[in-house]
Amino acid sequence: MNAYKLKKIIGSRLLFIVLTIVGFTMIVPFAWTLSSSLKFDREIFEYPIKWIPEVLRWSNYKEVWTRVPFLTYYLNTIKLSVIVTIGQLVTCSLAAYSFSKLSFPGRDKIFLFYLATMMVPWHAIMIPQFIIIKGLGLYDSHTAIVLLNLFSAFGVFLLRQFMLGIPTELSEAARIDGCSEIKIYSKIIMPICKPGLATLTVFTFNHMWNDYLGPMIYLNTDNLKTIQIGLAAFRSQYGAEYGLIMAGTVSALFPMVLIYCIAQKYLIEGIAFSGLKG
Amino acid sequence: MERKRRIKRKWLTGYLFILPSFVGFFIFMALPVIMGFGISLTDYNGFNQFKFVGLSNYINMFKDEYFLISFRNNVLYTLVTVPCTIVIALLLAVALNTGIKGKSVFRTIFFFPTITSMVAVGIVWSMMFHPSRGPINQFLMALGVENPPQWLVSTKLALFSVMIVAIWKQAGYYMVMLLAGLQTIPRHMYEAAQIDGANAFQRFFKITLPMLSPTMFLVVIMSIISSFQVFDLISVMTEGGPGRATNVLVYRIYQEGFKYLRFGYASAMAYFLFIIIMIITLIQYRGQKKWVTYMQ
Repeated sequence: MNAYKLKKIIGSRLLFIVLTIVGFTMIVPFAWTLSSSLKFDREIFEYPIKWIPEVLRWSNYKEVWTRVPFLTYYLNTIKLSVIVTIGQLVTCSLAAYSFSKLSFPGRDKIFLFYLATMMVPWHAIMIPQFIIIKGLGLYDSHTAIVLLNLFSAFGVFLLRQFMLGIPTELSEAARIDGCSEIKIYSKIIMPICKPGLATLTVFTFNHMWNDYLGPMIYLNTDNLKTIQIGLAAFRSQYGAEYGLIMAGTVSALFPMVLIYCIAQKYLIEGIAFSGLKG
Repeated sequence: MERKRRIKRKWLTGYLFILPSFVGFFIFMALPVIMGFGISLTDYNGFNQFKFVGLSNYINMFKDEYFLISFRNNVLYTLVTVPCTIVIALLLAVALNTGIKGKSVFRTIFFFPTITSMVAVGIVWSMMFHPSRGPINQFLMALGVENPPQWLVSTKLALFSVMIVAIWKQAGYYMVMLLAGLQTIPRHMYEAAQIDGANAFQRFFKITLPMLSPTMFLVVIMSIISSFQVFDLISVMTEGGPGRATNVLVYRIYQEGFKYLRFGYASAMAYFLFIIIMIITLIQYRGQKKWVTYMQ
C-alpha cells in the first residue's frame, strides 16, 4: 500500500513538472516580447537574455504610437469590434429566439440551412464576397467589414441551445398575459440568456480584434485600417527596428489579454460547448 | 377566421425574427457559393468583359506547378500539424483531468496563445527564429550546436518552422474541447476498471479513448479543416517563401485573386478548397454514426 502511494505521489510530482515546462514554453515567447519591447535593438539580441532590462526604454512605445497612426488603428478596431459584436448579439438572438420559442412552417429546414452555412469555409468564398461588396460600392469602407461579420451561424446555434434550456411555460405564461413576442424576447428571454450572450460577446470581439485577412482585403485607405494590418505594415516598413516592432506587438496584444483575464471563463465555456454539442 | 389570422400573424413573427440573419446569410454566404462556381468557369479579372472558358481553369490548375506545390505543402502541413496538435492537446487534457494541483492555472496558461492574434504571434516567432541573432539559435549555440538550423530562411525547414508555431498556438484550443469531453466520462467507470485491476494504459485505451470518441472525432475534423485554411501565419512569417517553399492553398488563392486579380482562376482554386472541405465535412457526418461510441 505504501509503495503504491509513493508511486502515485512521484507520478503526480513528475506530471506537475512536465506541465510546468509546457506552461513555460507557452508563456516565454510573450515574456520575451514584453521584455524586448522595453529594450533598444542591440539589447534585444544579447545573450544570455536579460529578462528585466537595465533601463526600461518606454520611448519605444511613444515612438510606435507617433510614427504611424496607431491610435487611429486602435480606434478603428475598437469601433468595428463593438459594432459587429452588438450587431451579432441582436441578429443571432432574434434568430435563436425564433428557432427555439416560435413555431412556423419550414422552421427546421431553415435551421438546417443555417447549420449548413457554418460548414462553408470563408476562404473559399472570399472572391465572390469581394465582388458583391464591390458591386454594392462598399469597397474600402468599414461598412464592408461590418456587413460581412454581422451574421454568425455559430452564434445562432449557441444561443438557440441556451434558449432551449429555458422552460416554455415562462414565455407561454407571458403570452397569455398578452405580452407581445418582442417583449417576451427582450424582457424575459434575453435576461436569462446573459451567460450565453457573454460567451458570444467574448468570441466575436476576439475574432474581430485578431482578424487580419478581412481588413487586408477590404481596407485600403490608411486611416481606415485596423490594428492587425497596421502592425503587419509597420513591421514590413521598419523591419530592422526590433524594439519598436515589439512595442507595437505588445500594444496590439494588450486589449485581448485584458479581456482574457476578465472573461476567460466565457471563452473556455464557449469552446467546450462547441466540442460537446457540435 | 379570427383564429386563422392569429396563426398567420404568429408565423409572420417567426419569419420576421429570422429575417435579418437570413438576408445576411443569403447575400454573403449562399449567393457567393453559387457565384464562386460561376466565376470559376470564366476568365473574369475584375473588368466588365469576360468570357466563358468552361472547365479550363480547373484543367490549368492541375497543370500549374505552382498550384501543385502549394497543394502538396498544404497536405504536408495538415499531415504534420493535425496529429501533433491533437496528441499534445489530448495529453495535456488527460493530465489536467487527473485532478492535479493548479489545474485552472495550467488551463489558463495553455489556452493563452489561442486568444492572441496570428499576426502578433507570427512576428514574435519570426524574430525568435532569426538565424544568427534570435534567442532560439543563440541558445542552441550556447549549448554547443555549431550549425544551428536556419529555420524560416531555409527552404527545407521553413514550412516545418511554421508548423511548430501553429501547433504551439492551437494545442490549447483543442485541449479545452477535449477536457470538456473528458469531464463527461463518469468517474465510476474508472473506479470499476481499477477494481478489476486495469492499469493506467488499459484505462486510457479501453475507457478514455472510446468514451471520448465523439469529441475526438469533431476535434480531428475541425483541425483538418482549419489546416486547409492556414493563411495568417504564412502571410506574416514567410509570404509563401523562401521561393515557393511555404506556399499553401489559401495563400495561393489570395495571391491570384487579390494581387493579380485573376478572379476566374482564383475561384477555381477556391472551389477546389471548398470541395475538399465539403468532403471532409461529409466524412464527419457519415462517420460520426459509424465510428463513434455514444454513451447509452
